[in-house]
Amino acid sequence: MSHLHAVLLGVPWTLAVMLAALAIGAVLAVPLAAARRSRVAPLRWAARLAIDVLRGIPPIVWLFIIFFGLGDKVLRLGPFQAAVLGLGLISAGYLAEIYRGGLTAVHKGQWEAASALGMGRADAMTRVIGPQAFRVALPGATTYAIGLLKDSSVVSTIGVTDIMARASQDARSTSSGLTPFLLAALVYIVLSGPLAWLSRTMDAKLRARVAR
Amino acid sequence: MNDSLLSSWVEWTPALLDGLWTSLQLTGGSLAIGIPGGLLLALLMSGRSRVVKAVAIVLVEIGRGMPALVVLQLVYFGLPSAGLTFGPFLAATAALALTTAAYTSEILRAGLQAVPAGEVEAAAALGMSHRDSLRYVVIPQGVRVAIPALLGFSIQIFQATSLTFTIAVPELLGQAYSIGAATFRYLDVLVLAGLVYLAVVLPAGSITRLLERRMGRHL
Repeated sequence: MSHLHAVLLGVPWTLAVMLAALAIGAVLAVPLAAARRSRVAPLRWAARLAIDVLRGIPPIVWLFIIFFGLGDKVLRLGPFQAAVLGLGLISAGYLAEIYRGGLTAVHKGQWEAASALGMGRADAMTRVIGPQAFRVALPGATTYAIGLLKDSSVVSTIGVTDIMARASQDARSTSSGLTPFLLAALVYIVLSGPLAWLSRTMDAKLRARVAR
Repeated sequence: MNDSLLSSWVEWTPALLDGLWTSLQLTGGSLAIGIPGGLLLALLMSGRSRVVKAVAIVLVEIGRGMPALVVLQLVYFGLPSAGLTFGPFLAATAALALTTAAYTSEILRAGLQAVPAGEVEAAAALGMSHRDSLRYVVIPQGVRVAIPALLGFSIQIFQATSLTFTIAVPELLGQAYSIGAATFRYLDVLVLAGLVYLAVVLPAGSITRLLERRMGRHL
């Protein structure tokens, strides 16, 4: 039982890292996705390069670059801040592609219809295209969030006391190898359950509202 | 960007390439064990026995629900207390192979389901046994459909090999970190390591997309 308690101590940190990173990513992904679809070619290339670099380097390497590399001289960050910044940037890269997928899925005729009704680009985006793209992008985004919950375990390597870190501390101090890790695995699986449920119900609700 | 950085990069490159080779070996080993495991799980999941199906689904859900880092630490630090001790490289291969099996089973199941039911019926009509129709009709086509997605997953597993740094496998990140610890130039060497990862991941991604388009033409 004490093993479970030790592992559960990490839950707030895991959730905090994941939610903060997701929030940063969700916001930064908007300009990134917009740039990726821009009519200005160099802007498009820059966004594409940024997304490729963010997604192409493994998360743990990003965290090390930010925590050990930049933390050395350029900008001193605590483990939690470095973790949120690193995972937030990576999330921005992934979410930008998910948003773009949503925008691309909206039929071109919708833009034409909006402009025929005299709507400007901004109006068309927020009132016509955006809501439809959101519905398409939502399942992808929640799947990503569930993945992020699990990937956030890498923050244990830079000293955030999340579920993973608590489990390995407990395993080391009590020398009872298997149990803490199995409990950690169980906690991750249990935590991703409600997220999966939320994603399914939200998707079903949104679908029902726009279904014809 | 100055001369000293470039000359350091040149000096560090052989060590990092050694690490890259280890990372690639890990990737290859995990895929070589994990994908056949995934195929087995996929066949069990699409099998006829309800019990077998349920067991396979539970295994896959657990395997996909566990973070790869947890699996890795469990195998390396946890299993010795149950009497199973692996070296770092073996533990890393075993752990990543388990994750690979769980994830690729879903990819392969989708591939197997893409084979038209009419082909299975045709095989039965020709008097082929269930086993033969799997062996000669369903699996060859289903696996082919799954190839682009499997390649995409392989790229992810290559990235995931960086996690094995935590159990002291001297892969790419491990090499970069030891150079950092020796020279106190973490930023310079970690950025170089990041570039090496990109040099593998980005071309591999382009090849995957190209293949996807090529194969999409004929299916």
